[in-house]
Amino acid sequence: MNGHRLIHESQGAKRHIAYLSIFAAALFFLLLTRLWYLQIVKSDELQSQSESNRLRLVPVAASRGTIFDRNGGVLVTNRPSFSVAVIPQEVKDRDALLDRLSKYLDIDRSELLDKWEKGKGRARYFPIVLASGITRDQLELLEENRLWLPGIEIEMKPVRQYESGTLAAHLLGYIGEVSEEELKKDTTSGYNSGDYIGKSGIERSWETLLHGRDGGRQIEVDARGRVLRTISETAPVGGSSLVLTIDTALQTAAEKGFGEQAGAAVAMDVNTGEILAFVSNPGFDPALFAGRMPPDKWKEYLEDKRHPLENKALKGQYPPGSTFKIITALAGLEEGVVDDHTSSVCRGAYVLGNNTFRCWEKRGHGTVNLKRALKESCDVYFYQLGEKLGIDRIAAYARKFALGAPLGIGLENEKAGLIPDSAWKEKRFGKKWFQGDTLPAAIGQGYVLMTPVQLAAMIGAVANDGTVYRPHLVKRIIDQEGRILQEFKPEVVTRTGISPRSIRLVKEGLLAVVNEGGGTGGQARLYDVRVAGKTGTSQVVKQRDKKGAIPYQYRDHALFVAFAPYDKPEIAVAVVVEHGEHGGSAAAPIAGNILRAYFEGKKAASKPVKAGKAPASEEGDGAEQAGEEQTSPPASKEE
Amino acid sequence: MIDRRLITNFDWTLLGIVLVVCAAGVVNIYSASASYAVAGTPFFVKQLYWIVAGLFLVVVVCSLDYHLLEDVSYWFYGLLCFLLLIVLVVGKTSMGATRWLHLGFFSIQPSEPMKIVTIMTLARFFSNYSTAGGVTLKDFAYPSFFLGIPALLIMKQPDLGTAILVILIACSMFAYVGVRLSALVTCLVSAVPAIYLAWHYYLRDYQKNRILNFLDPERDPLGSGYHLIQSKIAIGSGGVLGKGFMQGTQAQLRFLPEQHTDFAFSVFAEEWGFIGCLVLLLFYLFLVFWGLHIASRCNDRFGSLMAVGVTAMLFWHIVINIGMVIGIFPVVGVPLPLFSYGGTSMITSMVGVGILLNISMRRFMF
Repeated sequence: MNGHRLIHESQGAKRHIAYLSIFAAALFFLLLTRLWYLQIVKSDELQSQSESNRLRLVPVAASRGTIFDRNGGVLVTNRPSFSVAVIPQEVKDRDALLDRLSKYLDIDRSELLDKWEKGKGRARYFPIVLASGITRDQLELLEENRLWLPGIEIEMKPVRQYESGTLAAHLLGYIGEVSEEELKKDTTSGYNSGDYIGKSGIERSWETLLHGRDGGRQIEVDARGRVLRTISETAPVGGSSLVLTIDTALQTAAEKGFGEQAGAAVAMDVNTGEILAFVSNPGFDPALFAGRMPPDKWKEYLEDKRHPLENKALKGQYPPGSTFKIITALAGLEEGVVDDHTSSVCRGAYVLGNNTFRCWEKRGHGTVNLKRALKESCDVYFYQLGEKLGIDRIAAYARKFALGAPLGIGLENEKAGLIPDSAWKEKRFGKKWFQGDTLPAAIGQGYVLMTPVQLAAMIGAVANDGTVYRPHLVKRIIDQEGRILQEFKPEVVTRTGISPRSIRLVKEGLLAVVNEGGGTGGQARLYDVRVAGKTGTSQVVKQRDKKGAIPYQYRDHALFVAFAPYDKPEIAVAVVVEHGEHGGSAAAPIAGNILRAYFEGKKAASKPVKAGKAPASEEGDGAEQAGEEQTSPPASKEE
Repeated sequence: MIDRRLITNFDWTLLGIVLVVCAAGVVNIYSASASYAVAGTPFFVKQLYWIVAGLFLVVVVCSLDYHLLEDVSYWFYGLLCFLLLIVLVVGKTSMGATRWLHLGFFSIQPSEPMKIVTIMTLARFFSNYSTAGGVTLKDFAYPSFFLGIPALLIMKQPDLGTAILVILIACSMFAYVGVRLSALVTCLVSAVPAIYLAWHYYLRDYQKNRILNFLDPERDPLGSGYHLIQSKIAIGSGGVLGKGFMQGTQAQLRFLPEQHTDFAFSVFAEEWGFIGCLVLLLFYLFLVFWGLHIASRCNDRFGSLMAVGVTAMLFWHIVINIGMVIGIFPVVGVPLPLFSYGGTSMITSMVGVGILLNISMRRFMF
């Protein structure tokens, strides 16, 4: 280490260190002198300044975007609401204040105290919201007694107003106070506790857009809390508004159709994927979530065995039952296993190995071809077809319809459903797939699961001859001034590539389901528009042939999928009635209701054209195509 | 192989001071940011992460003999000048200044390591340059060049605070090697036209405003002078004993925008009063004295110069930051080392501390 020069070569080093130390000490002394001057000499003066000019930040909430239906009708908007906040710093006697507030607002004292405690840990001059959504009367009461309520502030902020009450509650969702967990996420930076945030449905999925950006005002107040001046201000930026694809009239008709029954319905434009109605019944009152939810109401929601808080249209996964025969039929036709002349005999059951697979019609259907098998929903026909196809080919066709995966409807937690195949069973259970598993799958039982949204997308793709459009709920985004920010175009998820001939043959069967004698879907029939559809009943438990009344939770689910008009399809509908027992009797009428509302709405919209004229000409277009069906007259007796 | 003397000579005093100041900083950040109902990790927790990362760097820096720095200093210098140039061309602009360079998954601010690299470069230069009797004007040519390039590039960003710091650090090192009176006088005389030119042709309006507002805070009470007035009220209202932890009403974050970073000391002064400030300042002064002490007992010229440079860096940060919040220096945006919230500042300070420890524990090697 001889290469390094030693510091002592320069003799001044030690001396210079001493100079530097003195210099450093001198500057520190200068800082201390100044601190002494400020903190001791001028302390009183500055202290009184600090007390007289207190600063406060008043948050100014951005107004949340409005939600419209497709025709511009307002679904969700805002109304002013008043809330009471306290500034802890200004409160001398907390107990007295809380007693008074509790009396004026008729809120439990412990509840107020709870809110107060939660707000601790922040600056003592920062307001803590104690109660929101107070009534006009309460507001007046507080204003009259303002003198005895030191430290109390009344804030006005906009709250959500659901114009049609519980309509489309699951779709719209609700907002609520941002939770501790949500505050910890990076995506919700900029939210303070007490702020509102979308919790479900559209309100949640489009939160960022609807919320806008909050502003704030920095004000200076005197010792009595009077505003002296505004120091700085950041204006809030209002949220954008959404125009949904939902049609209020259709939505209303669909919800009415359910009555007290639990279930879901999805109506979709077959040529764009726009969702026209989106029902999960029973619904709930979204307004209750934004305000103070009465405890008994909350208990009622939780204890209702129909699960009103569950979004069945998006998250309900049901065995599709006989509606799945559409897929099996298309697979059979495309693979050349069957064609329209192939027929088989149903004697009420089909035996495979040691197992007997029953048809819903115990007496048997006799000799059936594809069309009749669809029309009367003959299980034996599809058992045989399934056996010939094998599960992997059936699953491949189901995947051509994008089944077994979320469709990307644009709401959170969309479920995937399930399309089983031999590889899946191997992986899931470590067991081989047996032919005995294929037979129930061919008629949409066993492992197969679909959501109502998937059911609608599937029948929609059949209706438009093979294109699966992405179901979507938002038509356009508009800003506060009504300018269009974004317009959503139809988006193709996949093209099934199934031959027009196969689709035509299946469609003929579906037309017969609704319109011919012996068809299972007669209750969805309309007078002036031809509807095609398929019923389904899905087993909830295996043993369904019990004696006597079956308990509610063990009854079968009823399903119905349909599209119309037959010749030039516009709308597809899927209905699931939980524990509704029979697709034809429980689900088909609801679908019929929705379709009727749709065509009546169209007629009303095109008033200048003579009523009945337009549908008649449409029917004329397809008359030669569908000529075959016209030969068999509609029977009066229905299954 | 680790020489046992490295362990026995470890400078626990220095590490102790640093940890005390860091701890006070975390407590202060906790109070200063309490009124932020922040989403995500609270500031004081993030600061703890930075301290841990900084201590890790201290270990890394200590484990290598600082003489290695002498060999690489010119290379580092060249690399960082290049990076500073790149920043001006492609850097990310935030808040009107271009300081950051994005390298895929992380970002660096080359002006920060430049402080330490300038120290290394000047130390290397003077360690091989005889300055018996003090530096003459002619001797200044090279070091001025070494100093001038980074200073100009940083000023161009523009980051006046960092540029001034680099210059002050270099001046401290010049003072240590000794400057002839004739050279000093010439420099001071020539500074007058330089300042004149800078004022009229170089400084941006907001920088001029800061200086003018510093000279007369009442000039713009709601604008850029506002922070200073509020900061002074905060500090002054703390009185002798302060308002107590978390009790500062004036200095809470909601009205000083850089409460936990550049104005952290205001919060501290309001809550802990003159006594608190005195204690903190004594710790800082002790840190500076100890750094100079390390320089004086280090036997090789490079190490001694490095120690002075690093100590000067910490010293000027402290003096300028406190000076600006109490209103005796213009507000230039310099953090209080080891105390203010912020990763960049913490890392630079800790690397500096690492270098001091390194030099201190290897004093026996000569």
